[in-house]
Amino acid sequence: MSTETVSHETHTHRDDYGAKIGMWLFLFTELLLFGGLFILYMAYRYQYSQEFHLAAKELDITMGTVNTMILLTSSLTMVLSIVALRKGNKLYSMLYLVLTKVFALGFMVIKYFEWSAKIHHGIYPGSETLADMSNGQVIFYGLYYTMTGLHGLHIIIGVVILAFMLSFIYRDKVTSDNYIKLENGGLYWHLVDLIWIFLFPLFYLLH
Amino acid sequence: MNNNKINHSDDHSPGYGMNVLIWMSLLGLTALTVAIAGIDLGSYTLLVAMIIAAIKSILVINVFMHIKFDDLIFKVFLLVTLTILAVVFALTAFDVFYR
Repeated sequence: MSTETVSHETHTHRDDYGAKIGMWLFLFTELLLFGGLFILYMAYRYQYSQEFHLAAKELDITMGTVNTMILLTSSLTMVLSIVALRKGNKLYSMLYLVLTKVFALGFMVIKYFEWSAKIHHGIYPGSETLADMSNGQVIFYGLYYTMTGLHGLHIIIGVVILAFMLSFIYRDKVTSDNYIKLENGGLYWHLVDLIWIFLFPLFYLLH
Repeated sequence: MNNNKINHSDDHSPGYGMNVLIWMSLLGLTALTVAIAGIDLGSYTLLVAMIIAAIKSILVINVFMHIKFDDLIFKVFLLVTLTILAVVFALTAFDVFYR
């Protein structure tokens, strides 16, 4: 099975199954973390239905849609990176990983322009414009900044993790025979995508 | 030693084609949910948007995240977590909606 040269690594203990279960357990804690915020959203949206609709009109649907497409595409390139590595194609695997990171950065750039536009219009936590708005609108923007902010933080962490993966593949620490790290990195990346799948309609598609 | 490694039989793991197909479905569903948001469905708007998001999640979890091809234990774990989440959502909803 293993064609690795006899080195130190060959003798280290390795448990891919356990590593994967561990990753999923971590993802579940992430799910519950965001789940709590989604519960807050549900409760406040019920209470301030009108204000939520009014506040959501400020959000740019085009930018949100483009970002959704970008993130979904980055999820595809992430998966293709694993498929390529499994087929033994190291170069393509790295190329797909770089593409994934490019899409992630693209997502963050669009997010930056979105937030800048909001802040330019005086809509940011603690602003005077916001103080004049109704309670429901303030809560909407509070949730918007918290949830997309926490999600953005996950994107940044994901980019860092993928940078490590790229270096692992380059240095043959992750190979077609031993790629659980890349798989777990991929799982994290898909979770980030998964959360955005729900954030997008809940914040951008309120009419 | 070897039985600790995940057994990736190639006939089960999706290749390039399957993943591209899923990606295209995800983009299609995104376009659909944006298009539907433009139509006034009244109180069903949120429900329809959430159903589409759920379908997208099922595609991502099953194929991209590989759950469909993983052992039963992963599916059970996921089901337990989602059930806990659903129970907390439901209990909160009953409290908030019928207060």
